[in-house]
Amino acid sequence: MRDVAIIGVGMMKWGELWEKSLRTIFVETALAAIDDAGIDHLDAMYIGCMSSGLFVGQEHLGSLLADYLGQKPIPAARVESACASGGLALRQGFIDVASGMNDFVLVGGIEKMTDLNANEVTYALGTAADQEYEGYHGITFPGLYALIARAHMEKYGTTREQLAMVAVKNHDNGALNPLAQYPFKITVEAVLNSPLVADPLRVLDCSPITDGAAAVILAPVEVAKKLNKPIVKIIGSGHATDSIALAHREDITWLEAVYQSARKALAMAGKKIEDIDVFEVHDCFTIAEICIIEALGLVEKGKGGQAVEAGLTRIDGPFPVNPSGGLKAKGHPVGATGVAQAVEIVKQLRGEAGRRQVKGARLGLTQNMGGTGGSSVVHIFAAE
Amino acid sequence: MPTPARYWREIPQRYRLEAGRCRRCGFIAFPPRLICPGCRSREFEIIKLAEEGRVISYTIIRVPPHQFVDQAPYAVGIVELDDGVKLMGQIVDCPFEELRTGLRVRIEFRKIMEEGEAGIIYYGYKFVPA
Ligand SMILES: [Zn+2]
Repeated sequence: MRDVAIIGVGMMKWGELWEKSLRTIFVETALAAIDDAGIDHLDAMYIGCMSSGLFVGQEHLGSLLADYLGQKPIPAARVESACASGGLALRQGFIDVASGMNDFVLVGGIEKMTDLNANEVTYALGTAADQEYEGYHGITFPGLYALIARAHMEKYGTTREQLAMVAVKNHDNGALNPLAQYPFKITVEAVLNSPLVADPLRVLDCSPITDGAAAVILAPVEVAKKLNKPIVKIIGSGHATDSIALAHREDITWLEAVYQSARKALAMAGKKIEDIDVFEVHDCFTIAEICIIEALGLVEKGKGGQAVEAGLTRIDGPFPVNPSGGLKAKGHPVGATGVAQAVEIVKQLRGEAGRRQVKGARLGLTQNMGGTGGSSVVHIFAAE
Repeated sequence: MPTPARYWREIPQRYRLEAGRCRRCGFIAFPPRLICPGCRSREFEIIKLAEEGRVISYTIIRVPPHQFVDQAPYAVGIVELDDGVKLMGQIVDCPFEELRTGLRVRIEFRKIMEEGEAGIIYYGYKFVPA
């Protein structure tokens, strides 16, 4: 296998981009990544997208976007693993470059969600759950995470306030990110007084509905070195699956796929979780970030809520989680999220993260999750 | 929204609560499976699920998918049946303030949803306090 570097990143302001189509959002972002890398052609392209078919009625994205990016006839494929589509697209691009098959590979992520109303979006996202044995009974994604939250609260004593503190911390960070959909601070009181979506989760426990894209350019390290660009290496990649039906898990508070994907990525990188300086994880709901830091091994099982309350996950804490603002404040265009996490870690490791910079960060980790943890993809990055 | 064919082929599970029990390790698969996720045996016998169990966790859905808009708010939970099988379903005939984990419930057949004005009505299991 060849060593792989990220040589360019692209991301534009996220939000409700009513004036822009899916293809326009993608091409603007991909061009930003190509310009950042300073290259003049691509050899292949992978696009993470959960459900352009349901959100805008468009499939066959690989070819459409390669054409509009001016790159046909390069091979281009869409990769789908629900909300982990972007992370999985990155893994496919990594494997492609590492294998020696292609040199310059663009990995993009995109979702255009705001053409639908809220109930239609709830349905579209719900297709990532087990449609015949979960969706059939009227459960939703906030509902599934609410089941996890209640179980975590009763089993470990995690408090309603600790859940709220995840959202508050991520908005504190997002306020420092000009590309975030909601770049402002919120309070614990605001979270606790926001409308219930699925008890005990409220509106401000949930990541928003977002239009947006993200893109990175991969190349072999030996090719990247000739470009005189800052190099961030991908040194570990892990991917794991679990039953998508929450009821079929032995313990609904434990994310086994997150644990497995992190274990594999760390083993490949030859690192321990304590070695990592900065984390971008999949906080689709406040409870998710608590369960993820437990499954990554940053804290013991059941101690995630206490860790957040103690400030351990703040930008200036011992293990900073989601300096970008996370899915909560930055936004969650589902297929784009896993790629945007990589964009943030590259900025952090280049020292280009501005006011949200984690000082001296050399090693970073991304964790991107599908459904309630039916899939998880972890990558580990190192500054050269 | 399930098509009539998709709905029809699931009747053994949804109406008769049929599950598959692995002949080698005893794992009970609901819905039935072709290969055991525990021991990879392909030999199953059809059994009927236990009809009572207890609530493991629950929530109240206040922002529903579009086909459930008329029913909201409604409670959904994960129930562990007395044979150890866990499944998800709505918890009905129970005021929200009386919901709690550990609540004993039993399975009943109810309408799940209705499709459009002239469409078919979908039935399935729901949980009621035992
Ligand atoms: Zn078996």
